[in-house]
Amino acid sequence: MLSLVTFLPLLGALAIAIGVRNNAHKANMARYGALIVSLATFFLSLVLLHRFDVASSAFQFLEEVPWLPAFGIHYRMGVDGISLPFVLLTTLLTPICILASWESIQKRVKEYMIAFLALEAFVVGVFCALDFILFYILWEAMLIPMFLIIGVWGGPNRIYAAMKFFLYTLAGSVLMLLAVLAMGIKGGTFSIPELMDLPLSFQFQVWVFLGFFVSFSVKVPMWPVHTWLPDAHVEAPTAGSVILAGILLKMGAYGFLRFSIPMLPDAARFFTPLIFALSLVAVIYTALVALMQRDLKKLIAYSSVSHMGFVTIGLFTFNQQGVEGGILQMINHGIVAGALFLLVGVIYDRLHTREIIRFGGLAQRMPIYAVIFMLFSMASVGLPGTNGFVGEFLILLGAFLASKAVAFLAATGVVLGAAYMLWMYKRVVFGEIRNPEVSALKDVGMRELATFIPLIVLVFWIGFYPKPFLDVFHVSVQHLLEQASVIKTGAVVMGMK
Amino acid sequence: MSANLLILTAPLAGALIAGLLGRIIGTRAAIGATIAGMVISAWLAIQVFMEVAVGDGQVIREEIFSWIVSGGFQVHFGILIDRITAIMLIVVSGISTLIHIYSIGYMAEDPDEPRFFSYLSLFTFAMLALVMADNFLQLFFGWEGVGLASYLLIGFWYRKESACNAAIKAFLVNRVGDFGFALGIFTIFMIFGTLDYDRVFEMAGKGTFPPTVDFLMFGPVDTLTLICLLLFVGAMGKSAQFLLHTWLPDAMEGPTPVSALIHAATMVTAGVFMVCRASPLFELSTTALGVVTVVGAVTAFFAASVGLVQNDIKKVIAYSTCSQLGYMFFAAGVSAYAASMFHLMTHAFFKALLFLSAGAVIHAMHHEQDMRRMGGLARKIPMTYAVMMIGTLALTGFPFLAGFYSKDAILESAFAAHTAVGTFAWLMGMMAAVLTTFYSFRLVFMTFHGKPADHHAYDHAHEAPWSMRGPLLLLAVGAVFAGMLGAPMIEAGWFASAVVLAPGHDALAHAHHVPLWVKWLPFAAFLVGLGMAWLMYVRLPTLPGIMAETFRRSHRFLANAWYFDRLYDWMFVNMAKKIGEGLWRTGDETIIDGYGVNGVAATCVRIAGWLRSVQSGYVYHYAFVMVIGVLVLVTVYT
Repeated sequence: MLSLVTFLPLLGALAIAIGVRNNAHKANMARYGALIVSLATFFLSLVLLHRFDVASSAFQFLEEVPWLPAFGIHYRMGVDGISLPFVLLTTLLTPICILASWESIQKRVKEYMIAFLALEAFVVGVFCALDFILFYILWEAMLIPMFLIIGVWGGPNRIYAAMKFFLYTLAGSVLMLLAVLAMGIKGGTFSIPELMDLPLSFQFQVWVFLGFFVSFSVKVPMWPVHTWLPDAHVEAPTAGSVILAGILLKMGAYGFLRFSIPMLPDAARFFTPLIFALSLVAVIYTALVALMQRDLKKLIAYSSVSHMGFVTIGLFTFNQQGVEGGILQMINHGIVAGALFLLVGVIYDRLHTREIIRFGGLAQRMPIYAVIFMLFSMASVGLPGTNGFVGEFLILLGAFLASKAVAFLAATGVVLGAAYMLWMYKRVVFGEIRNPEVSALKDVGMRELATFIPLIVLVFWIGFYPKPFLDVFHVSVQHLLEQASVIKTGAVVMGMK
Repeated sequence: MSANLLILTAPLAGALIAGLLGRIIGTRAAIGATIAGMVISAWLAIQVFMEVAVGDGQVIREEIFSWIVSGGFQVHFGILIDRITAIMLIVVSGISTLIHIYSIGYMAEDPDEPRFFSYLSLFTFAMLALVMADNFLQLFFGWEGVGLASYLLIGFWYRKESACNAAIKAFLVNRVGDFGFALGIFTIFMIFGTLDYDRVFEMAGKGTFPPTVDFLMFGPVDTLTLICLLLFVGAMGKSAQFLLHTWLPDAMEGPTPVSALIHAATMVTAGVFMVCRASPLFELSTTALGVVTVVGAVTAFFAASVGLVQNDIKKVIAYSTCSQLGYMFFAAGVSAYAASMFHLMTHAFFKALLFLSAGAVIHAMHHEQDMRRMGGLARKIPMTYAVMMIGTLALTGFPFLAGFYSKDAILESAFAAHTAVGTFAWLMGMMAAVLTTFYSFRLVFMTFHGKPADHHAYDHAHEAPWSMRGPLLLLAVGAVFAGMLGAPMIEAGWFASAVVLAPGHDALAHAHHVPLWVKWLPFAAFLVGLGMAWLMYVRLPTLPGIMAETFRRSHRFLANAWYFDRLYDWMFVNMAKKIGEGLWRTGDETIIDGYGVNGVAATCVRIAGWLRSVQSGYVYHYAFVMVIGVLVLVTVYT
């Protein structure tokens, strides 16, 4: 079942690669093919959700096939309440991305769709992998389609951005590979569930933690290794940005949740002050930087760094509210930042600029657009009633219980967040029309509306009734906190007998 | 759906219909839908009020649905209607209905009418959710919801740069307040493990909580003082109290009905409501009450002083609102919650009346707001003049009108509190009372008396349509009788079931026993203020100009509202921009990317280049190196 969800997009990609000829007239076939495949994947993942037992913290839908048994490497797949939401987020955002690329991508449509489906497969695989080697391979594999999406279909400075993105993350991954190997050799297996119970000395934990940390912090991204993100976003095509902000950033934080905290709890607690400090810098520093951006995509990119700062704070509070808030906020950010990038894409498709100063007065020509933009701006700002509030509130509450100073400083980010979002909104949507091109603009069309509607529904659903969402990872988070509270270094002695 | 829930959802339904379907169903139907929602809501609110008003103060509780559950943290949406809520329900839904009707006339020429009515109803929904909340998080939900509506309505004319800026300012200043509020909520949860009013208040009353708590660099502080002060920061933002007041005058950029509903009668009183609602907590912290009193008293005086020299008719009333909110706060600060709520109620009537009358004046003068360009309008729009006069008299405490009862109750309570802060508040309140009468009559005299300054506008001035005059008349009735009707209820302790008073906090009860001169002093203040205004703006109209010239610095100090805007612009807005730019250019681009990422890349390229040049492929290079190598080896080993 899980493999089907994971590899269906890859099969689809293969089918498109073979079945659709390289021909401009056949571009629509590639588009429809990709849309159908990604929608089918989404529905399959909904079935997954339906069959998922939320009362259990165990990994479910397990699959295991020996791969290189001599080295303890198997093809192991499974999801728990922490990974399932990310699978769903990925399968939801992919069809939206494909729909958003419908007209804006005109060259090499077939290859683009193949890259997107491959990306989906790898990312879903990352979230389902229960074997470290499998995880690592998928983690790296996912870089390739993303690199191509930025490097081939990106903006004028795409090569620099793509290289920066690739090298930044690759540099991080190398240390992760070391950490993975160290864990595997120590435990004699690469099975993630088994390694979770492995007793480890404090020193060992610290080194492995640092190995992971470098890789994950680049992906999140945490300050000061965040500078690849604005460049990557600016150059990436709209859908690339949506996937980048919506899902790829979550992989780093997911890594913290899946590995750093449960496997290396002592090191995680030891490094918490560092994580808090870097996150707080991210929250405040990047919010201030976002305030001054002239380019819409850069502004939202910096706001992503700021929002992900909240997430990492939440994950390291080691209490239920903080961690659940962190996970929920990752989903929220996927929805809201994704939508904001789509919104930028809508006007970029029309005016071919992202300079804030070139807009102004959009509300007069695009009232529906203005409403949707306002809605997601408010969700980004964390207004009660939207999903952003629930996540942010739980994170800050958890942070307050963990450390009042952290909550206090992080909460200033909420004020700054309102400042840059509202100021940007005013300059783009309100005011008189200054650019004559704006007066010829058409409001959002049906296809564009279709990309926003599911996200709008989620904004309010999570905002008013987050229970079904929180329920998915309630038990798993409880389990995670139990794992994190074990002092593993003590267990080493017992393990050695 | 229960009837009580319908009070809340009817305006929301109206807002959604007008907002989403306005273009399809047409302007008239959209307005009709919002007004229908409001009428239903107001009608049900009256029913609930009747239910709660009689008897011995029973309370209605309902749980709607569970909102956020995470570990031990559980919050739901619920309804709690006691007498404080009941009175707020009447004020909010009643005045909102009147203002919806008034707006039909006022906004008639605006192409975006459905949007306007949608926002108004959305506001009403959020405000009702705020006052009906049974826990702190729902209070916060309504609190930020009304903030959103306020932002949208201040910036309603979004083409105007100044309106957009005012909207952002309102949102951000309120966010600063909400920052404190949110920390207060966190502390409440940390201490009590719940956010439900009932359970928090019960535990606070019994004293089953740690008496001190560590807070940042302040070390251990009194738990309830901390909670109350943090909550009060939120109240200061929403109710535009001293230091966080700067957004309110700017908010006058919004259409006048908005100023009346949101920035006078209802939303800005949310802070007062919150303090009264949380009286079981505030009562247990003398420090917090002291702070509330002082901040309220300073605001009352400060805003009144600035109101003296404003020339924009709406700004005068805005500063007046700010000042009157100060009265409500210091009343709450001396534990006279009933007087505070009473003034909130009477103020809602006469201040909405004043704003809407000002709206009628602006309407008559074709969107002119500068009082220096008005004058003599009494003859052209006599009905507006009459209701404006009623509002002014009610505000300034003319005997037997609304403000007379509630303001006197507040001043007498402050005097009777017999505490240092109470006396300070009384003193400030008395001075502010003189100023209030002065600026209120100054407004009336400049607008309606004297000679017309702009003959063209004067000649075209006309009375407003009946959709606007009707609400004015009803509010005028309220401004006359609300005090008379309310006073006996206050005396009978009508609010007693909804607020908690610590032993000895009986300023209101003692308010009757103050010396006679204290009772008469407000009236004297009224006469003095009226006399001065008459002297300066009727008898000797050249005097204000001469005085402004003579005391130029003081005048400028007041006209610039004590320079707060400039200070904040410099301190926060410019600083944030400068720091942001600096972090971006220097931090990200120069240091991290320049020295870090690209630096590393450049170094790699350099090293690689060097390595490459070594492997040049030319035989004589290798030969040359070999020769040197041999030489070195020979030298070393021999």
